[in-house]
Amino acid sequence: MNHLLEVTDLRKEYPLQSGLLGAVMGSRRVVHAVNGVSFVLDEGGSLGLAGESGCGKTTTAKLILKLLHPTAGSIRFAGRDVAGLDGSDLLSYRRQAQFIFQNPYEALNPRFTILRSLLEPLIIHEIGRSIAERVERVAGALDRVHLNPPETFFLKYPHQLSGGQLQRVVIARALLVDPVLLVADEPVSMLDVSIRAGVLNLMRDLSRERKLTTLYISHDLALIRYMCSVTAVMYLGTICEIGPTEEVIEHPRHPYTQALVSAVPDPDPTRPRRPVEIADTVPTPFQLPAGCPFADRCPQVMEVCRHLRPLLLPVDGGVRVACHLYPGSTPRAAEGDGAKLEPN
Amino acid sequence: MSSSERAAALPQWTRATSTWRDALLVTWAVARRDRFALAGLVIYGVLLVVALAAPVVAPYNPQDLNYRPDGEVAADEVPSLPHWLGTTNLGRDIFSQVLFGARAALVVGFVAAFGVVVLGTLVGLFAGYYSGWVDTLLMRLADVAFGIPFLPMAIVLVAFLGPSIWNTVLVMILLLWRDTGRVIRAQVLSLRTRSYVEAARVLGASHLRTMFVHIAPNVLPLSFLYGSLAVGWAILTEATISFLGFGDPNVISWGFMLQDAYNSQAMARHAFYWFVPPGLCIMLAVMAGFFIGRGYEELLFPRLRRR
Repeated sequence: MNHLLEVTDLRKEYPLQSGLLGAVMGSRRVVHAVNGVSFVLDEGGSLGLAGESGCGKTTTAKLILKLLHPTAGSIRFAGRDVAGLDGSDLLSYRRQAQFIFQNPYEALNPRFTILRSLLEPLIIHEIGRSIAERVERVAGALDRVHLNPPETFFLKYPHQLSGGQLQRVVIARALLVDPVLLVADEPVSMLDVSIRAGVLNLMRDLSRERKLTTLYISHDLALIRYMCSVTAVMYLGTICEIGPTEEVIEHPRHPYTQALVSAVPDPDPTRPRRPVEIADTVPTPFQLPAGCPFADRCPQVMEVCRHLRPLLLPVDGGVRVACHLYPGSTPRAAEGDGAKLEPN
Repeated sequence: MSSSERAAALPQWTRATSTWRDALLVTWAVARRDRFALAGLVIYGVLLVVALAAPVVAPYNPQDLNYRPDGEVAADEVPSLPHWLGTTNLGRDIFSQVLFGARAALVVGFVAAFGVVVLGTLVGLFAGYYSGWVDTLLMRLADVAFGIPFLPMAIVLVAFLGPSIWNTVLVMILLLWRDTGRVIRAQVLSLRTRSYVEAARVLGASHLRTMFVHIAPNVLPLSFLYGSLAVGWAILTEATISFLGFGDPNVISWGFMLQDAYNSQAMARHAFYWFVPPGLCIMLAVMAGFFIGRGYEELLFPRLRRR
């Protein structure tokens, strides 16, 4: 299988204060929103990025979609560097990579009718020769996301639709340009629980049918387990564990993953639970600890964790973990400055 | 619905998405709910009709001298049937002057407001959307415009460029875009982080397309608010400039009439019929702008609404 998307040591930093005083004092405080993320996504594959709020999941997605520029590192899509795209190359990338937004209530222009919103991608990419042909395509797209009959939605404004209907419209809009990569940022977190399954099933069916490569971003491990074959767990801008979904969730290695998995509610009340307690204070992303970013909250913290950052290295079961509990992760040299994952 | 049926319904669907139609509908919605805004619209409507119909309705040419049957100049006449509001000290018909004054007010008010809205909205869109040095440059320009005392500068510029009504309009556009620009910029700064603007970028919309197709329709109501306020400001400023004697001597405006009345000591002669009507007209026109602005404001910022 080919690597469709290769992310290598991706970094995004935001300067905190850039005023005159800061320049004089020479203090350059930065927020490390994404701090050395690497992964590969195979053509037709599905990757889930899990992690708590503020860990850099959404920033990673926006970097991949070129809504933000990376500070360092590279994103290669079908062999080409995304950050360097412009002009017609960028336009063609825009056709191939699409985004499903977290908040469907904000993802559609409030002053556009649904028809107008859905015509927009066709106008931009000059798809369809006549307006009639474009309207046909829009009708087809609405039909595919089970908004029937499509015509009844044409003249509606976003505020007249429910959240589930809006998210379907957003999905329809993304699929109108026939993308190969679909990135979904918490696609159902703003929706009522009762309609989440419907939207997720729709996304799963559509991406199977069209052989889409998908990247799901969510804090919800159950969702990722349902949708993705590979799972990556992010913590403070880095990936701490990545591997086949079943393996990561059934046998979590990293203490953070263990805590996440134990927090997922179990529908069977008789099954014994073994909650993993972690402290609830997250280090601020501009005062990253020198060693493992999770050291302050880790229940199994060791002396080495305080000053040496573990690398993301393979353990058994096809999983890679960045944790000193697994001997492979401790770099031989005393100085290790970041988790690196070399695609093999 | 079959594809042929859809083809038949096409015009109806495509017509429904006109930004301008949207803005007009909003204006109408404001007027229907708010009595003050409705009053403002009515005043503007009357102003428009009077300005257009002035040559037909006015009994005399406002610049012409009028004569009594005995051949004397009909100067300083009190209101009578032939001269409803009397005549000036040079025998000109005051009522006709009031009617023609509406034309000047309309031209100055609406052209200046249009210019202010267009310039201010463009500046705000570019500054807010691009941020960085574009924003810095445009907003420092706005700071300079804010630092200039408006009326003295307007008088100096008009005196420098020559007393013409178009120069007055130009000066007002050059000095009044600042408020609109600032406010639109702030709004754009908040809108550009909304998902639907990012969605437009992800779909491949260019910067200009994102700005004008996706962001601009959402700031237009705010532009219209500042436009309606600018109409009042412009009329008031033109009156001030004319009253101080820097106006266009060939154009009859309400400010010009006030100056005329003041210079010929109409007040000392208690010729209320001369200086009260143009003053009232200025007041009504300015108030109309603020009434409409107020209605828009309540629509845009619903928290202002009284419960």
